[in-house]
Amino acid sequence: MTTGNTTTGNTTTGNAMTTGKAMKPPVPARLGPGDVARVGLSGLRARPARVVLSALGIAIGIATMVSVIGISASGQEELLRRLDRLGTNLLRVQPGDSFTGGEVKLPAGAVAMVDRIGPVFTASGTGEVSASIRRTDRIPKEETGGINVQATTLGLLQTLDGRVRTGVWLNAATERYPAAVLGSVAADRLGIQRPGVQVWVGDRWFTVIGILDTVPLAPEIDRAALVGIPAARAHLDFDGHPTTVYERSAESSVEAVREVLPRTVNPENPSEVAVSRPSDALAARAAAAGTFTGLLLGLGAVALLVGGVGVANTMVISVLERRREIGLRRSLGATRGQVRTQFLTESLMLSALGGAAGSAIGAVITVAYAIARGWPPVVPAWALGGGLTATVVVGMVAGLYPAVRASRLPPTVALSST
Amino acid sequence: MTTPDRPDSKIIEMTGVTKHYEGGVHALRGVDLTVEAGELLAITGPSGSGKSTLLHLIGTLDRPSSGTVRIAGHDVGKLADERLSALRAAHIGFVFQQFHLAAGRSAVDNVADGLLYAGRPVRLRRELAVAALERVGLGHRLHHRPHELSGGEQQRVAIARAVLGDPPLLLADEPTGNLDSASGDAVLGLLRDLHTEGTTVLIITHDHEVATGCDRLVRVRDGEIVFDGTANDRASTAPRPEGAR
Ligand SMILES: Nc1ncnc2c1ncn2[C@@H]1O[C@H](COP(=O)(O)OP(=O)(O)OP(=O)(O)O)[C@@H](O)[C@H]1O
Ligand SMILES: [Mg+2]
Repeated sequence: MTTGNTTTGNTTTGNAMTTGKAMKPPVPARLGPGDVARVGLSGLRARPARVVLSALGIAIGIATMVSVIGISASGQEELLRRLDRLGTNLLRVQPGDSFTGGEVKLPAGAVAMVDRIGPVFTASGTGEVSASIRRTDRIPKEETGGINVQATTLGLLQTLDGRVRTGVWLNAATERYPAAVLGSVAADRLGIQRPGVQVWVGDRWFTVIGILDTVPLAPEIDRAALVGIPAARAHLDFDGHPTTVYERSAESSVEAVREVLPRTVNPENPSEVAVSRPSDALAARAAAAGTFTGLLLGLGAVALLVGGVGVANTMVISVLERRREIGLRRSLGATRGQVRTQFLTESLMLSALGGAAGSAIGAVITVAYAIARGWPPVVPAWALGGGLTATVVVGMVAGLYPAVRASRLPPTVALSST
Repeated sequence: MTTPDRPDSKIIEMTGVTKHYEGGVHALRGVDLTVEAGELLAITGPSGSGKSTLLHLIGTLDRPSSGTVRIAGHDVGKLADERLSALRAAHIGFVFQQFHLAAGRSAVDNVADGLLYAGRPVRLRRELAVAALERVGLGHRLHHRPHELSGGEQQRVAIARAVLGDPPLLLADEPTGNLDSASGDAVLGLLRDLHTEGTTVLIITHDHEVATGCDRLVRVRDGEIVFDGTANDRASTAPRPEGAR
């Protein structure tokens, strides 16, 4: 109705604009990685307190996961090193089960037979003696305190790589006398700290001449009082049959030795011989130490998830608050994709910041804990890499929805909001 | 300045443009408007008459419900969102009533963003930003942040940002609306300078003086252009469109 009043201004040249088609529509410029990072950073710098708080959530999650993995890896490393020190070439031969159900014994010459196997460096044996050991003759026979008496060959200490804590080990002379060397636990149970003390073994006094350090690969020695074989035969009715034979060979031939041990020890009934490798238990513990962290790891994952929700929340709020900035950027020529990239970058940076801080905190916790326990500190690279990957994934997922929302915002709506 | 005999000199060409919003609002009801490159044009009209809507369509921030909008020869309705963004980056500068400066960032950084999406390297952007700030008389305020600047200075920063890449078309929506008259005059002086240097400048204004200071005056009412001519024409014909309603 009022269109009649409208004029076309001071132009009269008509509609020659069809030539405009010749012009190519402009193509948006790509933002370089530097610009993408700069834009993302400037968004974060505007709200430092919020950035720190929401990155903290991620940091806690990553720190938990890294330290859980680091501490268990350090514990595992400690066990492996111990295993390395102790060696895995020790085998233990004991009587196995018999078919008849009767008591099985190793032959009296078992130690010598084992010693004759080619790759065997050293072999020795102990034989259990039925006599009990007590602090004095006034203590009843039944109160053994869980310790027993073993007759031993002189080479035992060398085979087991054991050490005398105080006093001396048996020798060719003392093995004939009523002299005893106590395992570490046995000494504790008897309340004996130094040699020279008399103990009541069977029905006579023996003199303690030495106390051993703990023998990690043969805990049964810790709980024994060791006497020489001649003395055991003379005073304690020892029958001369070893109950345990220990041997060490070259690492590379452990399996081969293990194969031939039963036949060597008992050619008639090889099945009545049981061979074990004491280091296997330690190796199993080391393996377990590396995996027994599922629950704590899950806890870290939950913390990370909560951190991710925090980042998503921060980003959603950020998009709501920054509608005018989004509108302005669109008016400056930002494409939807560039707005999306901006918010995704911010989200990624936010969680990467948390991830980096968390990794550092986790590493520090690991090192501090390991040092406190006397372990070698180990922070596996895969844990740090995994933490970083987790952060990137969390940042992406958390930022996706807010970023898409930001990019879908019509420029006019964004600009007119106050 | 204008060269009407060259067809590509028409920087804005709108024909039969309407714009409806949800809820039955007809913000524009059939607008025809052609602007030659290099014009200085004021758009006036009562509140809610559709001035900002018109400016948004010209600035390719929005698309018409019907009709065609051509900016620098490109049919806005036919271009993908990406292409429109690129068109804005290369051809159009905006100045808003609320400045829209990023808080916490220096004047130089704010202005340098004017070429961010045109793909210029950061060093060049900052160099140009310093030059642009000097051009608007803020050479001594390069590293001040928005809250350390007066309203007039903030608007001059916004103008420096808008013209950083020398866009042929500058759109200003009530650029002096938040300013006192002295600051407003300085801002208008800048816009006028840009016009003399060849930029096409469109100013939405409520200020009668500002409007009459422009070569060409367009008056919008209820989504239609009710007057289009020089300030002198307007003085003589003013009572008619007003009285016609
Ligand atoms: N996004 C929108 N959704 C719905 N209606 C809208 C929207 N934007 C504007 N309008 C309506 O369109 C009409 C024109 O609005 P516009 O902002 O163009 O007016 P204006 O002339 O710029 O007014 P002012 O001088 O107050 O800025 C108004 O009635 C307004 O309410
Ligand atoms: Mg308006």
